[in-house]
Amino acid sequence: MAVARAARAHRPGCDAETMAQVELTGIAKSFGEVRVLRDVSLEIRDGEFVTILGPSGCGKSTLLRIIAGLERQDAGRIRIGARTVDTLRPNERDIAMVFQSYALYPHLTVAGNLALPLRMRLLSWQQRLPGARWFSPHIRAVERDINRRVSEAAALLQMETLLPRKPAQLSGGQKQRVAVGRAMVREPRVFLMDEPLSNLDAELRVHMRAEIAQLHRRLGVTFIYVTHDQAEAMTMSDRVVVMMDGQPLQFSSPGAIYSDPVDLRVARFVGSPRINTLPGVTTGRRSIDLAGLELPFDVALAAGERVTVAIRPAATGVAGQHGLPGSGVPGLSGRLVHRENLGSDLFLHARIDALDTTVIVRQDPSAIDAFPLGMQLQVDIPVDQALAFNSAGARIRSRVVARAAAS
Amino acid sequence: MTTRELGPIAGALRHIILMVGAAVMIAPFVWMVATSLKPQGEILVAELRFLPERWAALHNYTMAFTRVPMLRFLLNGVLVTAAIFALQILVNLPCAYALAKLRFRGRNALFAVVLLGLLIPLHATAIPIYILLHMLDLVNSYTALVLPFTISVFGIFLMRQFFMSVPNDLIDAARIDGVSEIGIVWRIMLPTAIPAVTAFGIFSVVAHWNDYFWPLIVVRTKDLYTPPLGVAFFRLNDAGTEYGPLMAAATIVILPLVTAFLLAQRRFIEGVTFTGLKR
Amino acid sequence: MTVGNLASAADTVEADRQRDWREALAAMALVGPATALIVVFLIGPLVCIALLSLTDYQLGAKALRFVGLANYAEMFGDRVFRRSLENTLTYVGVVVPLSVFLGLGAALLIEASASLRGFYRTIFFLPVMATLIAMAVVWEFVLHPQFGMLNLALNAIGMTGQDWLHDRKIVLFTFCGIGVWQSLGFNMVLFMAGLTSIPRDLYEAAEVDGAGQAWNRFWTVTWPLLGPVTLFVVVISAIRSFQVFDAIQVLTKGGPNRASEVLLYTMYSEGFEYFRSGYAAAVTMVFLAFVLALALFKTWFLDRRVHYG
Repeated sequence: MAVARAARAHRPGCDAETMAQVELTGIAKSFGEVRVLRDVSLEIRDGEFVTILGPSGCGKSTLLRIIAGLERQDAGRIRIGARTVDTLRPNERDIAMVFQSYALYPHLTVAGNLALPLRMRLLSWQQRLPGARWFSPHIRAVERDINRRVSEAAALLQMETLLPRKPAQLSGGQKQRVAVGRAMVREPRVFLMDEPLSNLDAELRVHMRAEIAQLHRRLGVTFIYVTHDQAEAMTMSDRVVVMMDGQPLQFSSPGAIYSDPVDLRVARFVGSPRINTLPGVTTGRRSIDLAGLELPFDVALAAGERVTVAIRPAATGVAGQHGLPGSGVPGLSGRLVHRENLGSDLFLHARIDALDTTVIVRQDPSAIDAFPLGMQLQVDIPVDQALAFNSAGARIRSRVVARAAAS
Repeated sequence: MTTRELGPIAGALRHIILMVGAAVMIAPFVWMVATSLKPQGEILVAELRFLPERWAALHNYTMAFTRVPMLRFLLNGVLVTAAIFALQILVNLPCAYALAKLRFRGRNALFAVVLLGLLIPLHATAIPIYILLHMLDLVNSYTALVLPFTISVFGIFLMRQFFMSVPNDLIDAARIDGVSEIGIVWRIMLPTAIPAVTAFGIFSVVAHWNDYFWPLIVVRTKDLYTPPLGVAFFRLNDAGTEYGPLMAAATIVILPLVTAFLLAQRRFIEGVTFTGLKR
Repeated sequence: MTVGNLASAADTVEADRQRDWREALAAMALVGPATALIVVFLIGPLVCIALLSLTDYQLGAKALRFVGLANYAEMFGDRVFRRSLENTLTYVGVVVPLSVFLGLGAALLIEASASLRGFYRTIFFLPVMATLIAMAVVWEFVLHPQFGMLNLALNAIGMTGQDWLHDRKIVLFTFCGIGVWQSLGFNMVLFMAGLTSIPRDLYEAAEVDGAGQAWNRFWTVTWPLLGPVTLFVVVISAIRSFQVFDAIQVLTKGGPNRASEVLLYTMYSEGFEYFRSGYAAAVTMVFLAFVLALALFKTWFLDRRVHYG
């Protein structure tokens, strides 16, 4: 397959630098009254694994189908490689797609499924007529080549034994592999995957995540992957696009999405358990007031503005009454109303009456006995881990930190 | 069916072909209604004309009702189909429920017989049934028209299929509440099975309103004629003469079902073609 | 285990038995009427037909004699019966391919676009619903040599109209035409159900694979997935076609000169006009053989393979 990649680099009219870069400009799409996509612009680099992540109905599948050519966008332009592909049919765009339901041809064997795209491309309809192969050595040669490529793909995905079977005889995981194989034999510039793991059970999903990531490394082709599952997005991608309500909110590496979200919706969507959000008000004294607790946070806002302070459960701490160390800064007063011991983590649910909200704090499970239900505790809000968002949900950064970073 | 919509040329071509087909399908109906509105003078002409110049609708339709007891025929049709359907539910629904949900000796054998019965066309058993009715002196009676159709293996099969998808919990809850088996059938199963019963009802009513073969065999006197027999009788009476009233009679006979069909097309299509789909 | 436990175990077994007993009793009450009717109107007559075909029974006769296969011998030697069988097979052989092919075509065309879909579906299905006898009478007038719509239309475009129902050479095909007209809509609906059950993303996968144009789409996705449905429709259509009777009895009574005589009509006239029950039973057995063979084929091969799993 590396050979294939090198071969692709020498395709005529192709600049190695812009190869298989996918560029979307101003894509908009409505279905009747509903605006599904609003002004989506993205630039995906060659060989990148990009995941489009978002809740159901945010338009991610529609976007993928528009890239594939299965839907026509209302406005905007798509370029794949150096070519503008808007007027091209799906099979002319040099893409391949793995569908959520696999969409395998039920009447063909696995080998037949893998061979079909190649037969379509390499043989004319006259050559595909049954019996034509008897008359033409050329057709036989082409078919031999097709069979070779099918075997290669099957070997790569470790499914040679499945080749003579029909889809009805395969398990979910096997069907998914065949779907991937069918996409692979096309040797596309871009691999599109529409929630391919959502029909598999949890354990298989974990296994397949690793396999897909390894496949990407091996092929080196651009992957565009759509899912609502943040675990998939975080573990497999080079970069993630978080989409909501038809718009991309943030496009950066998984780490940045997690620790440096630009929108409150992004912060809320990624991370399990959900990020804690606290309502606050700017004081005008380079701090934010959280029901009496003053958090040093220098934002460029006037006093009295409503803001949301967010902090991950893993970033918070507890200053309890039993000699546990705190950060020195006073915390939020709360009452322990619920504990969840997952074995690997202990999550404390602390009810903060002053803010009328519950904060989740992560602790080491070995400390469980130190936290009886109903106890009063102080929840730490470490400033360097805290995120703030204005009333519109946009991220606002503390100038203190920025200045510290600049110096 | 597909993601692509037809281009303008393909779309127009499609309409042209389908319109031609539709014209052929509907031509007899149009001719029938048109003729029923024309006076005799305009019917027996060697000219293709659809709209009458003089309206004889009143005359034709009145003739249709008076020349033969058309009203009686229609009434018979309603009575017979209603009776058949009602009895079919009474007899076959409990059986379907028992086959689906109860355990008893001979259940598998009974179901095997039901499956076998599905293969047998009704025409094949006509002769012995007729002989039986003849021996019981029941020929030419409402009983003869209704009784043989009371049993419907197709109905049993259909409703059993439906009942098998009803969760057992519902029945167990009823049993705990003290409802008897008979009560379960009529107070719980029947209401839940309304969709299947409706579909079957449509199938049954259409089949038996349109049935010609059996009434032809068992009916001897005019007062028991069902609508198909009525039309055939009308034709014999007026062979070669009054097409206007004859077409009017035909219109009257097909009108009830066609009207019902136009009002509930999807239901009708599902009901009538159940024979093909849900097997 | 104490003695008290042993006693309650026995009670449980007894209670189970009583419950099973009650359940069995209730079941008997529920299936009783249906079973009785099945015996009287289904199994009984089936056995009767087979036995009757071996007798010389005539309705109303006091006694009957077993004559073995004499009825069958007479049947196959009888020119009328042979003609009737031939006509029926011709009828089936013409109506089935035509109504299946046209039904498929109509279904494909109608499903290809949403434009006026419901309208077309209704119109094409209408003949299936309308009482056949009434429409047969209408058809008789439509086919009237002088005043019927068909001949008038043909004359208008310069072709000569035929005597559709009285010409020995074409009367059977006239009935074939009426048969296709009446059953096309039925087959069409079955095909439409088959078409809509094809998953849409299979077409999309085909598009991505390069099989996106109409012809390719048909061969790669539509036709393979319609295969079982098609076979199903063919068999159903054949079974229905074997039962042709109404129009022929009302319009031509098998004439002129047996040119439109079919199996069921022969059975009817022998059994209910001449009351030769034994002989008619033999005719019925032949009819049954064909229909049963088709129905068994359908159940055995098709009902299993209608889905790919």
